[in-house]
Amino acid sequence: MSKINKKRSKLTAYNNWGYAFVAPFVIVFLIFSVYPVLRTLYLSFTDLKVMGQAHFIGLDNYTRVVTDKFFWIALWNTVRIWTVNIVLQLGLAFLLMMVFSDVKYKMAGLSVFRVVYYLPNLIAATSVAFLFSTLLDWRFGTFNILLNQVYKLFGAHYAPIDWIGNSATAGPTIAVIQSWMWFGNSFIMLMAGVQGISKDYFEAAAIDGAGRWTIFGKITLPLIKPIMMYVAITSLIGGLQMFDLPYLMVNPATASYGSVQTVMMYLYKFGFTSGTVQTGFASAIAYALFLIILSVSLLQIKLFNRKEK
Amino acid sequence: MGFTIKKGILYILLIILAATCLLPFTLMIVNATRSGAEISSSFTFIPGTHLKENWDILFGYFNLFRGMFNSVLVAVPATLLGAYFSALTAYGLAMYKFKGNKVIFGAILTFMMIPGQLSLIGFYQLCTKLHLVNSYIPLIVPAIAAPGTVFFLRQYILSSLSPSLVEAARIDGSPEIYTFHKIALPIISPAMATMGIMGFIGNWNNYLLPMIILNKNEKFTLPVMMATLRASIDAARNQGATYLAVAISVIPILLVFCFFSRYIISSISAGAVKE
Repeated sequence: MSKINKKRSKLTAYNNWGYAFVAPFVIVFLIFSVYPVLRTLYLSFTDLKVMGQAHFIGLDNYTRVVTDKFFWIALWNTVRIWTVNIVLQLGLAFLLMMVFSDVKYKMAGLSVFRVVYYLPNLIAATSVAFLFSTLLDWRFGTFNILLNQVYKLFGAHYAPIDWIGNSATAGPTIAVIQSWMWFGNSFIMLMAGVQGISKDYFEAAAIDGAGRWTIFGKITLPLIKPIMMYVAITSLIGGLQMFDLPYLMVNPATASYGSVQTVMMYLYKFGFTSGTVQTGFASAIAYALFLIILSVSLLQIKLFNRKEK
Repeated sequence: MGFTIKKGILYILLIILAATCLLPFTLMIVNATRSGAEISSSFTFIPGTHLKENWDILFGYFNLFRGMFNSVLVAVPATLLGAYFSALTAYGLAMYKFKGNKVIFGAILTFMMIPGQLSLIGFYQLCTKLHLVNSYIPLIVPAIAAPGTVFFLRQYILSSLSPSLVEAARIDGSPEIYTFHKIALPIISPAMATMGIMGFIGNWNNYLLPMIILNKNEKFTLPVMMATLRASIDAARNQGATYLAVAISVIPILLVFCFFSRYIISSISAGAVKE
């Protein structure tokens, strides 16, 4: 009896070492992750502007968010850019996944194509923004020069398009660049799902004489559904927080600014742009965006699970 | 249509897509060697002769290598601290049963789902209060608490580090931290490398947070410097120089990718499969 107790107390003593191992994480986590999130929540109920005293004003900031025309415009811009982006990005990734998982064609070179398709995702958004706004410049940009030369080849006249400065084209252009940056990432994730499926399933199906479309529809698709959901949700969370590209490519003086200002840019304006700082209001925008992301993710999970039944 | 022809068409489409991924980079390198006048008058893949000129114009505005050096100062310690402390935490969570273990793990799962914008304002306020504006501390130290990395490494330890190995070390009288360093670390180092490289790229490319925390030119990391450069350079007239700037900013990360692409691909795959 006493022997067991002794052993147990020794084990507890060992287990207490766990505290020492997680202590640095817990301390930094509390200070730099938990506190800021709670602090933002608190501030969203106050009237804090730049400096000075914060007064509790209840839900006023949230009422203001809900009734603010520009918040809704920003949300609409975000959703519009994101929709074009996600259709292109996931559509392309899905098609590529179909091509490379096809049992009949057995395409080679996956490892090379994967690397090349992923390349754009490595580059800092600032560099991508800089590169594309120079390439797409209205008068001097290489892209318009190229189109001009192609048109000339066919004897036609090309009127240069101001891709980023024009309200009609700015959003879609940014969405295309965003897709260019991210489709490789989505493709790798989907492919990881396909490669995780046991080869036995495919072989058994082939022996049973199942066609390639049956195999794709009945084996591949259902088995990668969880990963498709993961990809969809991570792109949703990332997409609704879109900031870098539109912020860097379109400056407030440009005519198209109003059509590409995202929620994050709107938050940045009130959170950090000198002259317009209203910390309390910006905090409420942050939480409003969070609630939107949360409810859409939950909805997405629900939809995915229903289809399975 | 025959099987071979169809397959050939598929390959051509795949190659066109690959070319689309590479084209902007190719143009960037070609245009970095051409003068502004050349770039705005014609399109070509043949490099020009104005590299030196562009270089002089660019460095007349900014010393990009300063920004690169600053980025190294931030990204390297953040990556190393992140990898080491995440491994330490993951080991603690996986190998010891103590009160609060589940609570911490739950908090980790929760914070993996919380979008970063939620903490941005509070984080900035905290830094102001602690007089950490213009310091690299807020860009480095938080790497110690990276929920995603801890989660990944914890799963890795549970699946690849046998508890009997740790017990054997205990019987031999090895101190706990020594066991972690000598037995656990070598086993989980491949996973640490995977997460570390992704962490490095993330830190290197990070824009929003450094932009908020840093406001002195000489402190700017590369992405912040690039954004400032874009605002100050007359891009229309100095197109060659702007392409050169982008090229210089992109090269270090391309080099990292050349050496570690295998790890990077596997970490993205792991991220998806863990679900």
